[in-house]
Amino acid sequence: MSDAAMSQAETAPTAAEENLLDVRNLTKYFDLHGDLVSRLAGKHQLLKAVDDISFYIRKGETLGLVGESGCGKSTTGRLITRLIEPTSGEIDLHGEDLLSFSAQRMRETRKDIQLVFQDPYASLNPRKTIMHILSRPLDVHGLATNWHDKRERVLELLNLVGMGSEHIDRYPHEFSGGQRQRLAIARALSVNPELVIGDEPVSALDVSIQAQILNLFRELQEKFGLTYLFIAHDLSVIRHISDRVAVMYVGKIVEEGPVDVIFSEPLHPYTNALLAAVPEADPKKPPPRLTLSGEVATPIDPPPGCRLAGRCPLAKPVCAEVDPDLRGIDGDHRVACHVV
Amino acid sequence: MSEPVLEIDDLTIRFNLKRGTLTAVDGVSLSISKGETFGLVGESGSGKTVTARSVMRLIPTPPGEIASGEVRFEGKDIYQMSDREMRELRGQHVAMVFQEPMSALNPVFTVGAQIGDALRTNMGMNKAEAQERTVELLQLVGIPSPGSRLNSYVHEFSGGMRQRVMLAMALSCDPTFLIADEPTTALDVTIQATILELISSMIERFHMSLLFITHNLGVVAHACDSIGVMYASHLVELGTKDEVFANPQHPYTVGLLNSIPRLDVQEKYLTPIDGYVCNMMDPPPGCKFNPRCKQAMEICQREIPDWKEVAPGHFAACHLHSQQ
Ligand SMILES: Nc1ncnc2c1ncn2[C@@H]1O[C@H](COP(=O)(O)OP(=O)(O)OP(=O)(O)O)[C@@H](O)[C@H]1O
Ligand SMILES: Nc1ncnc2c1ncn2[C@@H]1O[C@H](COP(=O)(O)OP(=O)(O)O)[C@@H](O)[C@H]1O
Ligand code: SF4
Ligand SMILES: [Mg+2]
Ligand SMILES: [Mg+2]
Repeated sequence: MSDAAMSQAETAPTAAEENLLDVRNLTKYFDLHGDLVSRLAGKHQLLKAVDDISFYIRKGETLGLVGESGCGKSTTGRLITRLIEPTSGEIDLHGEDLLSFSAQRMRETRKDIQLVFQDPYASLNPRKTIMHILSRPLDVHGLATNWHDKRERVLELLNLVGMGSEHIDRYPHEFSGGQRQRLAIARALSVNPELVIGDEPVSALDVSIQAQILNLFRELQEKFGLTYLFIAHDLSVIRHISDRVAVMYVGKIVEEGPVDVIFSEPLHPYTNALLAAVPEADPKKPPPRLTLSGEVATPIDPPPGCRLAGRCPLAKPVCAEVDPDLRGIDGDHRVACHVV
Repeated sequence: MSEPVLEIDDLTIRFNLKRGTLTAVDGVSLSISKGETFGLVGESGSGKTVTARSVMRLIPTPPGEIASGEVRFEGKDIYQMSDREMRELRGQHVAMVFQEPMSALNPVFTVGAQIGDALRTNMGMNKAEAQERTVELLQLVGIPSPGSRLNSYVHEFSGGMRQRVMLAMALSCDPTFLIADEPTTALDVTIQATILELISSMIERFHMSLLFITHNLGVVAHACDSIGVMYASHLVELGTKDEVFANPQHPYTVGLLNSIPRLDVQEKYLTPIDGYVCNMMDPPPGCKFNPRCKQAMEICQREIPDWKEVAPGHFAACHLHSQQ
């Protein structure tokens, strides 16, 4: 074990019992058979959506997952809920191997991990009332037996997300985007989950409403000790909501650490590039700058080496050949780069 | 800055729908000078796109209706222009980059054919000239190896590249005035930074004026000279960017600026604007913002506030200012 790895093992409490979630070497490849010609030629194209990533989330904290479109954030979220199965890797929930759970056990566990999606319009059934939508998970998981209990619980949930009881018999189309997102959160909370995965839950909202929903996430976390995996591409949102941050680029985690470290002492050239490109809502702040050249690399049969090598201002010859490991810097801070 | 290029004067646009009448733009006035970049911001559905499309005379009538007001380009009322004048305006002076590139670009023609066609109709070029110019334009907007992309279809491009193709198309007529409707909203920050850089270099190079619609105040803070803030079909604040950011005068603008999470420090809770934007089919009487406004007074529920000049060149429509 190298010194860096040693010090990481000592300082970062990655021992299973302290973490709600432990993800190790998680990998998801999609096989894109390609066209007929390449299939006949026996060629397979692999889209490496998530490629050997490891991270953990402590109970009660928020891990922010940030990165550009297509880098594998949603795929990571879907893997953890087992909406899709990984190509390889391990996912431990409370130190137990989630991937080995039987179908029955997994059905029970599903209520512990809830997803809130970006699109509040698509995620609520337009033909069902709010009462029906919010009580459905209670039925599925056998959490309420009679109609009266269910109604009580639904009213409690509405109250929890800041919506009046008068909404209970209405339909999703009668609500604005922000209200629908409140309803989606209420539904996720109906089964008392431990982990809530928010996949861009505020990205479709106006800033004034986004702030309301971010406050709601925070409030509910304080009230119930919830653990969040919060996926977003907006860095100021990630800055606001996270305790720790993982930055993804083309299927890889390139940097990970406490939120203050990532935002004030970022090391990876990609993290730096993301931060430099954000236009801050203050004309006195420096204007956004682009520090990378070219386009985002493709996850389809990516070349060897660091995925940023082709556009990185710091790249050395080794970068195009060897894929850098995510190595510990100090404390919880980890970075995958040959140069920094 | 010099004389106004575009003047929108007391513009009101309605949609007469089966469900009722929707006023999408209500008494909006603004003017944009030569070389100026004007940022129009506001909640979604507040009327930004409708305002912009009205400049291109792209409001479908019916159900749309220009209920009152004028839009003047270089002093000429565009709603009085003949079809020929209008074609000239769209083909040679004013260009628009739309919110959804896929809806503005034709999926069945190659990128080369679409831009080439625009060049031949609007600029009177022959086929060879048009092709040469198309390659130049694609190069200009940063499409790598543009010569080999002429025969590509739009769906073969990524979101950022589609926006660039849109921009190349818009620039094909050497416009003096560009309207860009949320050109970076669906894009990642690094691509957004590229497009913004590109747009600002175009402005410098061609001395263009720009009407830039966005709901990202960060983009306005760095890309624009002036800013207009819309809320529920009304323009509620107008001024230079520096003035409005340093000294916002309308409670909605203040609320908007306070809602943004900061990048330099972490705050436990944000300061949102309470409530939701009103139903545009059934807006409240008085100031449209009154149900969400912490400073609302009795008069706010009755009367629509007048436009007041709160500082030289800085306007706000709020009863807090009519009181003084
Ligand atoms: N079922 C699938 N089949 C093939 N490719 C897929 C599939 N699902 C995802 N991908 C690909 O995997 C990569 C990662 O996708 P993912 O949805 O996780 O990205 P993301 O980081 O969530 O992006 P965004 O910010 O746009 O939501 C993308 O290249 C995507 O096209
Ligand atoms: N063609 C149309 N028919 C009916 N209503 C429309 C039409 N176009 C826009 N609207 C309505 O006008 C209002 C303003 O829309 P828009 O200008 O697109 O808002 P934004 O500020 O988000 O760009 C919205 O309520 C919208 O639904
Ligand atoms: S007019 Fe009244 S309600 Fe409207 S913004 Fe001003 S104070 Fe608030
Ligand atoms: Mg996603
Ligand atoms: Mg719009």
